[in-house]
Amino acid sequence: MTTTALPGAAPPPPTRRTAPPPTRRTLLPLSPARTLATAARVLRQLWHDPRTIALMLVVPCVMIALLRYVFDAHPATFDNIGASLLGIFPMITMFLVTSIATLRERTSGTLERLLAMPLGKADLIGGYALAFGLLAIAQSAVATGLSIWVLGLDVIGSPWLLLLVAVLDALLGTALGLFVSAFAASEFQAVQFMPAVLMPQLLLCGLFTAREAMHPALEAISNVLPMSYAVDGMNEVLHHPDITATFLRDALIVTACAALVLTLGAATLRRRTA
Amino acid sequence: MMNYGRDPATDPDPAADSDPAADPARDATPVPAVHAHDLTVVRGGHTVLDSLAFDVPRGQITGLLGPSGCGKSTLMRAVVGTQAKVTGTLDVLGHPAGDPRLRPRIGYVTQDPSVYDDLTVRQNLDYFAAVLHPGRAARALRRDSVTRAIDDVDLTGHADVLAGNLSGGQRSRVSLAVALLGSPELLVLDEPTVGLDPVLRRDLWNLFHTIAGDRGATLLVSSHVMDEAERCHRLLLMREGRLLADDAPDALRDRTGSATVEEAFLHLVDEARATARGTRQPAPLAKESAR
Repeated sequence: MTTTALPGAAPPPPTRRTAPPPTRRTLLPLSPARTLATAARVLRQLWHDPRTIALMLVVPCVMIALLRYVFDAHPATFDNIGASLLGIFPMITMFLVTSIATLRERTSGTLERLLAMPLGKADLIGGYALAFGLLAIAQSAVATGLSIWVLGLDVIGSPWLLLLVAVLDALLGTALGLFVSAFAASEFQAVQFMPAVLMPQLLLCGLFTAREAMHPALEAISNVLPMSYAVDGMNEVLHHPDITATFLRDALIVTACAALVLTLGAATLRRRTA
Repeated sequence: MMNYGRDPATDPDPAADSDPAADPARDATPVPAVHAHDLTVVRGGHTVLDSLAFDVPRGQITGLLGPSGCGKSTLMRAVVGTQAKVTGTLDVLGHPAGDPRLRPRIGYVTQDPSVYDDLTVRQNLDYFAAVLHPGRAARALRRDSVTRAIDDVDLTGHADVLAGNLSGGQRSRVSLAVALLGSPELLVLDEPTVGLDPVLRRDLWNLFHTIAGDRGATLLVSSHVMDEAERCHRLLLMREGRLLADDAPDALRDRTGSATVEEAFLHLVDEARATARGTRQPAPLAKESAR
């Protein structure tokens, strides 16, 4: 703005020469019907791939069970690490699944086709987030149920809160996967982004050692990495019977990060490409 | 007429997005389906399309012919609105190319079949139909248009087969069926008959003529096989990002004294080369001959 509105003065003339931005067809940024159709399509694609579904559901359970007997003599350690892992698994799986799925969408030409059709970017991203969010609920429910009722994971708070954090983590994983798929030219590269993006977070999130005990520089870095708050949130549920302020903060930060990265991911979907 | 540099929101004709059937002005003064002037695409410092000017008439099949790499796909992507760095004028169905209002009105088939391999033929079409006509109320409409599209491309017997398990030709027909959903006014087909056997190719060209003749749609079909040119109403011959000719196949053969479009193409290439050598300023033949 170059003009300054004086108090009481007439409203300044529009400074932009062009007309207002194109009006949206609807008030919502996404069309619920198209988003639902996209989510159904993504789930239908997975339905034709039962092995992937089985791996997504079984692998976390096997890992947690393994962990339980690795720390056979130290149940308290299993409680700590187990709860953290319940938050980390959905993030890793959804990261991988989303980055490959959207990369395929980009390379197969279906993305170009969809964006030449009346589909909003938010419809597509919302559809993916919804489909993988549902999948994450199934995955987390199985792993959490097994941990608590079979493996004896000692959770003081509500298992529903564990599930909630797990779903938020899954959304964050979906968002990160969607975002990095824009920078991967092949499935090989997409898979390599997993260690590149998630391993540092895994090391710094407080799973191996308390974040306060790290080198101050690393602690500062871990403070800005979303997985730290995912693990922190899980630990809050583990140790407190009620919803704590810290838990709320953690859940909000993970949600905000997921929303931010999803928005960045939307920016990588271009209707016009070179 | 709209220019690429301008904001689409400044479109002077806001009524143009109303229902085409209820718009008598559209029939009274038929705008060409595609109008291009000084259309240029530069990609990585290389001029892929060099100042093209042409019109694609409505209700006809216009063939876009030329060797691989001559810019056919880029031109089609510009028309559909997925090509970046397009300059000049390019109007499609009365709107600047890429206008959101055009999205439901154009069917586009990319060169490689763009369908989901891990869905069945019907599931693919169901999804794309839901993108075109979302909502519970349009369910019957969707079912009908999916059934018709599958029938159009003769895949009724394969409707419940995974697209990934189909042959290459069958998959490209699934891709075509997607573009036929919702009866678009303009169909942009990038090499739709590559790799098909002669019988299927004939059937598809018959389908294209049905779509243009009975359903009144405009088709822009690219091919690098010159013998397909004979089946088009009009031809745009391209080479190295330029238009060599914009004419009906018969007129093209007559004018160049050739028996086939392929010969005519070669004749025009030679002519263009001779002109370029003579004047150092290659005169676009298309402009003189087409009018």
